[in-house]
Amino acid sequence: MPNDLNTSYNSIGIVTPQVARFDTSFRFKSGAVLDGFQLMYETYGTLNATRSNAVLVCHALNASHHVAGQYNDDPKSIGWWDNMVGPGKPIDTNRFFVVGVNNLGGCHGSTGPASIDPRTGKPFGSSFPVVTVDDWVAAQAMLADHLGVERWAAVMGGSLGGMQALQWTIAFPQRIRHALIIAAAPKLSAQNIAFNEVARQAITTDPDFHGGDFYAHGVIPTRGLRLARMLGHITYLSDDAMMEKFGRVLREGVVGFHFDVDFEIESYLRHQADKFAESFDANTYLRITKALDYFDPAHEHGGNLSAALSNAKASYLIMSFTSDWRFSPGRSKEIVQALMDKKHTVSYVEVDAPHGHDAFLMDNPHYHGCVAAYMDNVAKEVAL
Amino acid sequence: MTRMNRADYAAIAQWVPQDARVLDLGCGDGELLNFLRNERGATGYGVEIAADNILACVKNGVNVIQMDLESGLSGFQANSFDCVILSQTLQAVRKTELMVREMLRVGREAIVTFPNFGYWRHRMHVLRGHMPVSRDLPYQWFDTPNVHLCTLADFEAFCGQLGVRILERMVLDDGQTINVLPNLRGSLAIYRVKAGK
Repeated sequence: MPNDLNTSYNSIGIVTPQVARFDTSFRFKSGAVLDGFQLMYETYGTLNATRSNAVLVCHALNASHHVAGQYNDDPKSIGWWDNMVGPGKPIDTNRFFVVGVNNLGGCHGSTGPASIDPRTGKPFGSSFPVVTVDDWVAAQAMLADHLGVERWAAVMGGSLGGMQALQWTIAFPQRIRHALIIAAAPKLSAQNIAFNEVARQAITTDPDFHGGDFYAHGVIPTRGLRLARMLGHITYLSDDAMMEKFGRVLREGVVGFHFDVDFEIESYLRHQADKFAESFDANTYLRITKALDYFDPAHEHGGNLSAALSNAKASYLIMSFTSDWRFSPGRSKEIVQALMDKKHTVSYVEVDAPHGHDAFLMDNPHYHGCVAAYMDNVAKEVAL
Repeated sequence: MTRMNRADYAAIAQWVPQDARVLDLGCGDGELLNFLRNERGATGYGVEIAADNILACVKNGVNVIQMDLESGLSGFQANSFDCVILSQTLQAVRKTELMVREMLRVGREAIVTFPNFGYWRHRMHVLRGHMPVSRDLPYQWFDTPNVHLCTLADFEAFCGQLGVRILERMVLDDGQTINVLPNLRGSLAIYRVKAGK
């Protein structure tokens, strides 16, 4: 019974995605233009009369607009941040109106490379523009207009989602009161970019990729997507967490002297890879990793992040996790330091967690307690 | 770390200029910063390491930065605060000299408070052959976080060696100001200092 499940999880319950259609042209940072586009989104809770209680949740690499709750027809379809967003949860949907959106260029219903290009009647494929975090935030602002939200009480996200929250405070300082930036970085390191490049190479060298126009061939570059996902997944977990979860446990109890699965970790990675390759668009993956690589708000200010933040008006909660080596605490501290240099209102919490980068998605009483306490003050500020 | 009583807050507040930028090192649950915000319109940050205190600060709406003081204050720009406060934390700091130098680099002035080891009750403990255990020093010798306890005389000599100028001093016992024989009768020392010439 899905509803019983909901109650036990204290979830927002059954949710339904919606589509916002924009028939105005959208100019990407690259200069490319789309004549129109749509964004798939979900909302939880109720927008209050003064429209002061809206919270935008930005997704990272492989998530979507489906942040919380579940779909009517699938009890397994629990949102990716259901432990964070819901009634009585840190982002309390009894108080806040929460919006999740699939970013432009995505593959979960928003206009993306797999969508039909109205000019050709065929999927965009390789012709879909390279997107940036700036583009996503600009499109999210159009969704805010569509929803009647002039100013977000908060914009939050983990990892790449946190970068969008940061970008919001720079691009639209008047439209955001609080930014919750979790397990993020102000820009990628060479190592981060290197991982992304290997993932992209895995996809683009897959014979089924066809330069990005694989849709016409009735194939998908499954091998590339699988490798990209496996590589990514390794970087999301800490060495300790992986050892704790899988150790050197053998699937069959003994080594098989073959090149099929011996160890549980191999089995796990293959399973994750299969799941991902079934559901994710290769062109979207390429673009999202590029958006990560290109994100660097300091770049236009001579590499000076605090200069980039000089016009920001938001208050910030920055959080990191001790075992995260993809975006280590040091990367979050770069943001904190830049904010303090400009005397911004900021708190920084370094959560002791063993899981690595993925800790931002996990249950952790201290982590969730800090977000809940912070959002409680946000609620008071916006008179809830 | 023991929490300060209200008399200490008032003493600190009178040395914090109106609308000052304040950095409170070892800020606990943020109570002092909250007090200074209400009394003096102060803004700034607290620095804290303990997770439960971090949560309390977030609850109190106090800007808190989670970091280990022992790793230094390199994340803070020179002269970026009107006042840097180290309340009841000096005695638990390992690199004391570095800490005081760093405080006076990032702040124009500093306020340092610490329990006076020369307080007569503490001396009585030692005379009786034991390490002091009191309200201000509530730990047993084997579980104390305090590694650098000192007396008023010790601290003032230390400031002299470091070239740190003492601008003001207030010595308290049980909330009362102690002017006569402070190194003997005072349990809590509060200093306002700045980098000297």
